[in-house]
Amino acid sequence: MADLSVNVAGIDFKNPVIPASGVFGYGREYEEFYPLSKLGGISTKGTTGQMRTGNLAPRIAETPMGMLNSVGLQNPGIDRFISHELPNLMQKDTVIIANIAGSTPEECAEVASKLDETDVHMIELNISCPNVKQGGAAFGVSCEGASAVTKIVRNATKKPLIVKLSPNVTDIASIAKAVEAEGADSVSLINTILGMRIDINTGRPVLRNNCGGMSGPAVFPVAVRMVWQVANAVKIPVIGMGGISSGRDAIEMMMAGASAVQVGAAIITDPFAPVKIIEEMNQFLDEKGISSVKDIIGSVKPW
Amino acid sequence: MKYTQGKYLLLEKKTLAKQIYDFTILCPEVAQAASVGQFVNILPEGHTLRRPISICGIDKEKGTLRIVFMAKGDGTLKLADTPKGANLDIVGPLGHGFTMNDVSGKTIITGGGIGVPPLLPLAKHYGKDAVVILGFRSADAVILKQDFEATGAEVIICTDDGSYGVHGMVTVPLAEKISGASQVLSCGPIPMLKAISAVAEENSVPCQVSLEERMGCGVGACLVCACKVKKNGEERFGHVCKDGPVFDSKEVMW
Repeated sequence: MADLSVNVAGIDFKNPVIPASGVFGYGREYEEFYPLSKLGGISTKGTTGQMRTGNLAPRIAETPMGMLNSVGLQNPGIDRFISHELPNLMQKDTVIIANIAGSTPEECAEVASKLDETDVHMIELNISCPNVKQGGAAFGVSCEGASAVTKIVRNATKKPLIVKLSPNVTDIASIAKAVEAEGADSVSLINTILGMRIDINTGRPVLRNNCGGMSGPAVFPVAVRMVWQVANAVKIPVIGMGGISSGRDAIEMMMAGASAVQVGAAIITDPFAPVKIIEEMNQFLDEKGISSVKDIIGSVKPW
Repeated sequence: MKYTQGKYLLLEKKTLAKQIYDFTILCPEVAQAASVGQFVNILPEGHTLRRPISICGIDKEKGTLRIVFMAKGDGTLKLADTPKGANLDIVGPLGHGFTMNDVSGKTIITGGGIGVPPLLPLAKHYGKDAVVILGFRSADAVILKQDFEATGAEVIICTDDGSYGVHGMVTVPLAEKISGASQVLSCGPIPMLKAISAVAEENSVPCQVSLEERMGCGVGACLVCACKVKKNGEERFGHVCKDGPVFDSKEVMW
C-alpha cells in the first residue's frame, strides 16, 4: 500500500483524488454509492451570491469521447449553501473545497467573505464565468481580469485560495503567474473548453444555450499540456483536471506537475470513478515500487 | 435511496418493431428496489454518457427487469447491438416513479410512441379497472398491444395515419372516456402530454406525466436535465432524473 497522501497549500489530503465542481453536487447523491470519506476531497457545486436557476434544457450533449454542458451555474446561493449543505459536508472526513463564482469581482468577494467565517477547508474561485461589468467576457481570459478578481477575493478571505483557470486562452501560464502574483495559494485547471454542436436535421444547436463547456477523455491531452506548462511557470501547487478517467490518467496528470487531481465527466460515466481511480493509482505505485505518490509529482522527464 | 451500479446479464432480446428492442436483464438488486415509473441508466460501451431507459417490467421473484427502447442515435444503436448473454453496465433504479394511488374509480393510462413501455406495469396494477389509450405513428409501429390486453384493461389503439385502430390522437378517446375517471397516468412526447394534461384538467381529474430530458448523472447531482416546474406558487427548475421522471401535470410549466 503506497502512501497516497498529498498536501496542497497547507491542507492535507488522504489521497489526491477530488470530484470536480459541478458533477458531484454536495455529495448527497454519491453517498448512496460509497462513503465520501474515501475521497481526497470534494469540490462543491459552484456557488454564487444569490440563487441562480440556470439555463434552459437541453443542457448536455455527448461528443466523441466527451460531452458538452451548459448548466449555467444553477445553485441555491451562498447563504443556503452555508446553512443547508456545508454543515453536512464538514462531517464527512474529507477536504471540502467550496467552489465559488460571480458576475462581478465584488460578488465573488462577498461569497468568499461569507465562507471565511465557516469551517470550509479551501475556496476554489471559478474565473471562467462572464464578467457582466466587462461586457460579458470571462474574468479568466486576460491577465488583467484574472488578477483583478483574484486580488479582491484574496482580500476577502484567509482560507487557502485555489483559482480555477480557463483553458480558453492563448497563454495559460501567464494567467497562472498573474493570479499567483495576487496571492492565489494554488491553481486548478483546466475548466471546460468552449464547444458547440449543431443538429443538422433541425439546424439548431444541440444545447439550448448554443455553446457549452466540453469535457471528458477527449480533452485530456490538452489538460496535460496546460498543467505541464503552468506547473513549470508557477511555484504554487497545481491541481490538474480535464478528462481524467483512470488511475493511469491521474498518474500522468501528476507527472505533468499536478499535486492533486479532480475528476469530472468520468463520474457521470461511472459514479464509482473516483474510488476506482484511487485504487488504480495505489496499484500502479505498488507495481512500480514507488512508496509515495508525492514522488511522481512533476516527475516527467521532458525531451 | 440506495443506488446500485453493476454489470448485468442480458437474458432475452427481441425486436418488437422497426428500431424497437425488448430486453430482459438479470439484475436482482436493481429489480428488488425498482418501482413503477422509474428508469435505469445504461452505459453504451465506449460512450461517455449513459442512456436513461424507463422500466417496462419488474419481476422481483426472478430478479429481472424488462426494458423496451428505440434505437435512434449512436448510443441506443450501440445498446441495441448488445448480444444476448453479454453484460450491460447499469445504474439504477433511478427517479421518482408513478404514485400508485388506491383509487375506487377508473384509471386512464395513456401515452404514445416510445412513451408506451413504462405504462405496462400500471396496466398490470390496475387491470380491469383501467382504460388504456395508446397512440402510434402507424400500424407497423404498434407495440405491446397483447401485453396490455393480457392485463384485463380495456385497450384502445390510435394511429396518426389511421392504418390501425382509431384514426387520430389519443386525446379524442381520452375525452370520451374521462368522465368519472379517478386519475390519468401518462407518458409520451411533450406535445401529447401537454394535450392529455389539458383534457384531464378540464375534467378536474388528477394527472401524472412521465417526462423525458437529456440526462447526465441520472441521480440528481449534475443538474443537466432541467424542466420548469411550479410548486406552491413558486417557479423553479426541477430535475427529470430525481424530482421526476413522473410529475403531477399541474406542476409542469409546459
